[in-house]
Amino acid sequence: MTTTKLPLTADIDESEPSALDRVHEWVVTVDHKRLGIMYITLALGFLVVGGIEASLIRLQLAVPDAHFISPEVFNTLFTMHGTTMVFLMGMPILAGFANYLVPLQIGARDLAFPRLNSFAFWITCFGGLLLYSSYITAPALFGGAAAPDFGWFGYAPLTEPTYSRGNAADYWIVGLIIVGFGSIAGAVNVGTTILTMRTKGMTLGRMPLFTWITLVTQSMILIVVSPLTAALILLFLDRALGAHLFDTQAGGSAVLWRHFFWWFGHPEVYVLMLPGFGFVSEIIPVFSRKVIFGYPVMVAATVAIGFISLGVWAHHMFAVGMSPAANTFFAVSTGLVGVPTGIKLFNWIGTMWGGRIRMATPMLFCIAFLLQFLCAGITGVMLSVVPFDWQLTETYFVVAHFHFVLIGGLLFTVFAAIYYWFPKVTGRMLDERLGKWHFWLFLIGFNLTFISQHFAGMLGMPRRIYTFLPERGLELWNLISSVGVPFQLAGVACLVWNMIRSFRRGAIAGGDPWDAWTLEWATSSPPAEYNFAELPVVRSRRPLWDLKHPEDPDWQYE
Amino acid sequence: MVSLAVLAAMVQATDTVSSIFAPVSTPAIKERDLSVLVLWLSAVVFVVVGGLIAYNVVRFRAPPGEPGTEPPQVYGSAQVEAAWTVVPLLIVMVLTLSTARVIYEVQEAAPPPNAVEVTVVGRQWWWEIRYPKLGVVTANELHVPVSDSVVRRPTWLTLESADVSHSFWIPRLAGKTDVIPNKTNRTWVEPFRPGTYLGQCAEYCGTQHAHMLLRVIVETPDQFARWVEHQRQPAAVDPAVEPGRRTFLSIACISCHTVAGTVATGRYGPDLTHLMARSTIGAGVAPNTRERLRAWIKDPDDLKHGALMPAMQLDDERLDQLVDYLLTLR
Repeated sequence: MTTTKLPLTADIDESEPSALDRVHEWVVTVDHKRLGIMYITLALGFLVVGGIEASLIRLQLAVPDAHFISPEVFNTLFTMHGTTMVFLMGMPILAGFANYLVPLQIGARDLAFPRLNSFAFWITCFGGLLLYSSYITAPALFGGAAAPDFGWFGYAPLTEPTYSRGNAADYWIVGLIIVGFGSIAGAVNVGTTILTMRTKGMTLGRMPLFTWITLVTQSMILIVVSPLTAALILLFLDRALGAHLFDTQAGGSAVLWRHFFWWFGHPEVYVLMLPGFGFVSEIIPVFSRKVIFGYPVMVAATVAIGFISLGVWAHHMFAVGMSPAANTFFAVSTGLVGVPTGIKLFNWIGTMWGGRIRMATPMLFCIAFLLQFLCAGITGVMLSVVPFDWQLTETYFVVAHFHFVLIGGLLFTVFAAIYYWFPKVTGRMLDERLGKWHFWLFLIGFNLTFISQHFAGMLGMPRRIYTFLPERGLELWNLISSVGVPFQLAGVACLVWNMIRSFRRGAIAGGDPWDAWTLEWATSSPPAEYNFAELPVVRSRRPLWDLKHPEDPDWQYE
Repeated sequence: MVSLAVLAAMVQATDTVSSIFAPVSTPAIKERDLSVLVLWLSAVVFVVVGGLIAYNVVRFRAPPGEPGTEPPQVYGSAQVEAAWTVVPLLIVMVLTLSTARVIYEVQEAAPPPNAVEVTVVGRQWWWEIRYPKLGVVTANELHVPVSDSVVRRPTWLTLESADVSHSFWIPRLAGKTDVIPNKTNRTWVEPFRPGTYLGQCAEYCGTQHAHMLLRVIVETPDQFARWVEHQRQPAAVDPAVEPGRRTFLSIACISCHTVAGTVATGRYGPDLTHLMARSTIGAGVAPNTRERLRAWIKDPDDLKHGALMPAMQLDDERLDQLVDYLLTLR
């Protein structure tokens, strides 16, 4: 054993840290707020990448029989677009918000396992980079496609060596396994934090709804991402060691993979969507100046969605030839999951009822969310009607439906959340005028692009085709759909510019710019590394309301 | 209002080639009828709930400028919650019952004794079509007889895949049934109006998923019987095209294609015995004309990038002879 000699004296360095020191600080940080920001930045980066892929797809489909992009490239584009948006944009951005907000909302100083948190972020980041490196390195290694080209749900046997030569599928499998480990680590961490690190008085029944929803979604991640990881490992065994689980030419089962995938894939939709509900449940009350309507019902509905969503996966498989009894079962369970979701919608409406609604940018996005998510819910119920689904499944109607869920629903709430919490994170307000430009451009673009796709689907256009034939009544709808793209791009450009500009020159926010009621607004903006100088004690669901209205505190009514 | 207009437009969109709202066959008609019911229900829900949201926004918008006091805080109401839990539950129940009925009607229907039996094999990227009881093999163009209210003559389809998953879908005749390797699926059509109906593979199946089209030609019973009789004949033999025939039989064509009555018995590609009786080539990628056929054989990749048929590297003379021969396969 060697002994090391400690320096006896050290000079305290008081000079400004260099740029390199700053980068180093961020790389080695275990602070939940910094990691939250890094998650969100990573996700927004991938949002841009996935958005560019989507724009190319719409460019190719703007006119019939186009030859702008070759079928091979087109097939990698929609595969990577789907994979990116779900695993590298949706999951990390929600992990980022959970990271940043949960400890602040429950009055904790950090997550339960700060180093695990750092590990989860970096492994997600590198998993994503590994996946994308297939564009560059896969062709150089063994030929074959440059990137995965079998669709984001990787239906067997397209992922088997016979149909996916080269290594693109291996990049996809390994990339997703790694990203999955990141999600699981994050879920363990955030779940533990919520269960064990709440401040004094913060009972489960007093947690903000965003935190409640995060607890449910993190539990769901444990239940559904772990089996996906297992399924991916099985698929990797097929490819690397010649196992025959999904290799149909050796007697494997293509349907088995579909069950495995959708066991993850459908609850995943709720894993993505529920945090959006969480944002809305925080923002609508503050901008309506009213307490959330029916808090216990909202919590119950969240938990109900979590449970029911585990029993609906085969509604993605109504056309695979299941028995009528199985089809009926999954139709019923899918219809049922709409009930708690509807209850949530009604409770938000009830919250706004009789309020004093302030039309700031976060609220605008929430209102658009309500209407668009209503459409998404209705088309979802249509898809649960099995005979209707036989016609609609695998068409552009489904594409339109889930983009209404994930953009019209989730992304709009994410934008709302960015406008709402940006002042907390940076200490400066985002510009309202640019925010409204962003809102209206994106609203128009989104609806142009995706309303029209419902019609294309009903007129017989399957999804994932790299071109479509003229004279089938599809030209107009596809053109409108593509015309919406520049509007959306301009909207996002407004957001990016707004963030960059406001970061330096935005109005100073102060600790509580929205006159809000949850604990994150009780500390400075941005919060100090330790979050709260003194841990707060809460007596109700709205601790700041109690402070501001000592004559009429919430705890009298709960 | 918007949604009602949309609904009307949808139901009116009956003239297009592959609209699901222009059904002409029993399963598609049942699916359409249920869909229209669901669309009306949806329109009502959209108008009511959307109206509530809009009313909220207009009625309770804070007047600009003045700070104002906080509105009364309402924490919830058990009665109201119960109402908006029970009403959606009732809607789900109605939907479930009507859904289950149509599921069983379509899936549990039994073929009548005179039903036409067809086996459809999905392949990358074309459809093999076999009539096992009639001894007919063809590709990409499915001929079926028309039914009327007196004489029902539906067609029962057995769906199999030779490679990856596909999905069989003719929007105006029947919704989708997947075509899955190692799994045999069944579906049926019962068209009531003669004509040509367009469908295409609906499950992503690789590079040329977009060009895996299927035409269904619905004919009167007489026309159908004549078509079957013609398809059962071996290939025509015309001495005038002997050089082309020799070329065909002496190169790799025969490994993948069948021409009945010759040594060509391959099954990997479409049966060519009555090639010229079909209106398109490459699973609907181009009309079946001399010029396009020649271009196809010269380099299939040109017309259908990624197609699994190799370019045969023939010189112009032999290519012309070969095309001359194929043109006689009527």
